[in-house]
Amino acid sequence: MLQTGILLFPGINRERDMAIAVEQSFGRAPKMIWHKETDLSGIDLVIIPGGFSFGDYLRCGAMAAQSPVMQAVKAHAARGGYVLGVCNGFQILTEAGLLPGALLRNAGLRFLSMDTMLRVERNDTIFTSHYQKGQVFRAPMAHGDGNYTADPATLDRLEGEGLVAFRYADGNRNGSARDIAGIYSENRRILGLMPHPEDLVDPLMGGIDGKPLFDSLAAA
Amino acid sequence: MKPVNIELAKSFGLNAEEYAKVLEIMGRTPSFTELGIFSVMWSEHCSYKSSRVWLKTLPTKAPWVIHGPGENAGVIDIGEGLAAIFKMESHNHPSFIEPYQGAATGVGGILRDVFTMGARPIANLNALRFGDPKLPVTKRVVDGVVRGIGGYGNCVGVPTVGGEVNFHPAYNGNPLVNAMTVGIAATDKIFLSAAAGIGNPVVYVGSKTGRDGIHGATMASTEFDANSAEKRPTVQVGDPFTEKLLIEACLELMQTDAIVAIQDMGAAGLTSSSVEMAGKGGVGIELTLDNVPQRETGMTAYEMMLSESQERMLLVLKPERSDMARAIIEKWDLDYAIIGKITDTGRIVITHKGVVEADIPLAPLSDEAPLYHRPIIETPKPARLRETHDPVGFEVALLKLIGCPDLASRRWIFDQYDSTVGGQTVKRPAQADAAIVRLEGTNRALAITTDCTPRYCAADAEAGGAQAVAEAWRNITATGAVPLAVTDNMNFGNPEKPEIMGQFAAAIKGMGAACLALDFPVVSGNVSLYNETEGKAILPTPAIGAVGVLADVSLATGIAIAPGQELVLIGETKGELGQSLWLREILGAEDGAPPEVNLLNERENGDFVRAQILSGAVKACHDLSDGGLAVALTEMALAGDTGIILHPAPPHLPAHAYWFGEDQARYVLAVTNPHDILTAAHAAGIPARHIGHTGGNSLTLAGSNSISLASLRDANEGFFPAWFA
Repeated sequence: MLQTGILLFPGINRERDMAIAVEQSFGRAPKMIWHKETDLSGIDLVIIPGGFSFGDYLRCGAMAAQSPVMQAVKAHAARGGYVLGVCNGFQILTEAGLLPGALLRNAGLRFLSMDTMLRVERNDTIFTSHYQKGQVFRAPMAHGDGNYTADPATLDRLEGEGLVAFRYADGNRNGSARDIAGIYSENRRILGLMPHPEDLVDPLMGGIDGKPLFDSLAAA
Repeated sequence: MKPVNIELAKSFGLNAEEYAKVLEIMGRTPSFTELGIFSVMWSEHCSYKSSRVWLKTLPTKAPWVIHGPGENAGVIDIGEGLAAIFKMESHNHPSFIEPYQGAATGVGGILRDVFTMGARPIANLNALRFGDPKLPVTKRVVDGVVRGIGGYGNCVGVPTVGGEVNFHPAYNGNPLVNAMTVGIAATDKIFLSAAAGIGNPVVYVGSKTGRDGIHGATMASTEFDANSAEKRPTVQVGDPFTEKLLIEACLELMQTDAIVAIQDMGAAGLTSSSVEMAGKGGVGIELTLDNVPQRETGMTAYEMMLSESQERMLLVLKPERSDMARAIIEKWDLDYAIIGKITDTGRIVITHKGVVEADIPLAPLSDEAPLYHRPIIETPKPARLRETHDPVGFEVALLKLIGCPDLASRRWIFDQYDSTVGGQTVKRPAQADAAIVRLEGTNRALAITTDCTPRYCAADAEAGGAQAVAEAWRNITATGAVPLAVTDNMNFGNPEKPEIMGQFAAAIKGMGAACLALDFPVVSGNVSLYNETEGKAILPTPAIGAVGVLADVSLATGIAIAPGQELVLIGETKGELGQSLWLREILGAEDGAPPEVNLLNERENGDFVRAQILSGAVKACHDLSDGGLAVALTEMALAGDTGIILHPAPPHLPAHAYWFGEDQARYVLAVTNPHDILTAAHAAGIPARHIGHTGGNSLTLAGSNSISLASLRDANEGFFPAWFA
């Protein structure tokens, strides 16, 4: 089973949600890793949760991308390690250059907090094996800057190489290019997405649509 | 610096009598800084000088109350060794002058009141009142306030799970922004503010001090005039990122044994925190302001003592733990400075650049603070509404009501608030009568709500005060939770006007009676007076925030119906249309007496409904309030995307009074076996009536046209998006 670590930057606020979801599927708690640490040895899957790292000042994720731990994350990625970034975590991964493109202010210029539907573009990655290809599932979203953008050539490449992970299936509220909600790195070992599967893993909270993502990782 | 005299005292908000008292206490002319300290400590906002005599009459005790009013927030026992710590506080005046920052710092301030006691905040709510939606200024204020609440709450990672919004022209120049935070702590790990330990270091933690918000508490204690916009510099600026760091740093420090006492720097900043900590502990305090972290140069002692810069805390630490505490605070990139020590002098002594800038005896500063028994004129109780004629019929009235600003869906607002962060939100906004938040790692949940019906309070403040408490109790009951305690946020006009003080006294009387009858003590609160602009007062608005507990979270009940259910109305319907929304929206009148609040009926009906929910017999439940039965049924239908087929109104009542009357102590239950509920109700002497069943995709009234759910939804969801399109 993958050894999992959750990165803690000042201002991150969905680390508990993520830890609960991971523990539920993995049967053991993830390691919590402070942003000033530089040693990720023994960690197979690095998770960067949501929140407002460094207050989202300057640009969302820009300062966290310069944190000491991100050098270690880049080395981990270069070794073929797994990385999951959700919401602010996705923004940090694009700022760190580990995923292409950028997340801009939502098209409507307002924070968006509601459930959205995501379509699974492929289910042959370690993140999605417990979903069906084409399956549509529900996930809460909560962001002010989720408007995914990249130059047309990059978008064409993402689509052509099967690197789009999830698309919004019930309307594109934040203005993302080509309805993109999440993307993979070229080796499909890094996933970034805006909505929060970790907040829908318990029937009491309204459903378990997000649980297959963590079950997929737990089975990897 | 201006000379200290009566003119200066008046410009600081003290009257002649109060200034004379200052001279008597000091035995000399106070320094400029000393006068500043007296004036903020004796401001209405900090001293409660007009309201204290009335607040003391509220019931505050119950076996589950751990700390009632007097601490930073109220503390109640919620079982399993856990305490809920909560309070509601206003940020009305700043929110009119600068809506975004006013509302944002309101959220920040109430969060600090809660985590300063050792609680991790788990939920934010709010109670908002705005002016006439037709005015451009109202749109600007609504937009700024909503963005401010979201901007702060979303960033600190505390879910905003509920709230209420009303519109009325009486709030045109004085919108109300009341923010509530609920936190959780272990019952044996609660932190208080009373300083102790002679020689112990006084430590400043958090953001640096600037010149923002100087005399904010004094501003909050006066009426507005045409030049109020000039007061923008008295509004504070919030930094939710620093607040998040402060929450984590304080909670980490609280896991150690370093803290003797802790208090946030809220209104009147360093002055009120240091004075209150030393005063409560019966000790003295010495501060050396040279050590205060400052973000501007050349600040005077007066400016530092009165600044309301945000995200700051004052701590008294055990001296041997000071270095460890510093390491924790600095890990979170926050300023840590030892700025003074606890003394045995009973005085506050403030030194800056080697000069003693203030030296005040603490006991008289609090004990001899002004206390007013202000004169009262009671508002005459209005006559009951005479019988009304319905000019439009059921369908037109219902579509109009559910689309009016006071009843339209609040989705546009709560879609801008992160309601799921933390992963424990069981019932999000509009899913149940109260928000339901599970306590992480347990099977327990809290039910939380905010309520007040100001138009009832304006007509009859005593009935309105009782109704606000009763509705909060009912909203918690409707989820299956046991209501435990309330926090109150008293928003009124100028207390120097006997009519306003009459409203205040009557509202307190009604609230107190309801709290007693419902075993629902007041454990914390806040008073906001002088909500007037150019002599025009707001509607009396005693906003109630309330907390209840569900021992088994799986029984939490929402308002959404499903096909194949039967609908039962609990409670007596007389068809009370006085001060109802039907009367206002259809006949254009704000007339008559508000609905009667029969506290015995409230108690009996509510206890019956809760017992039915906890027995598992109830699939959905909604209390009846604004707009009455027809509006409640529409909300249940829309929430469940399921139609309703209704029996006709009973013949003894005018149909519109039956459908839209706002009689209290009523609930609609969706059940699968109505016979059982009706039998149980009959046996208990509770009025109950089978009113219809669920199914289809329209609201159908026997003998009348069907109204499709789609058209109801369009009417209900239309107002806010159209306003802000």
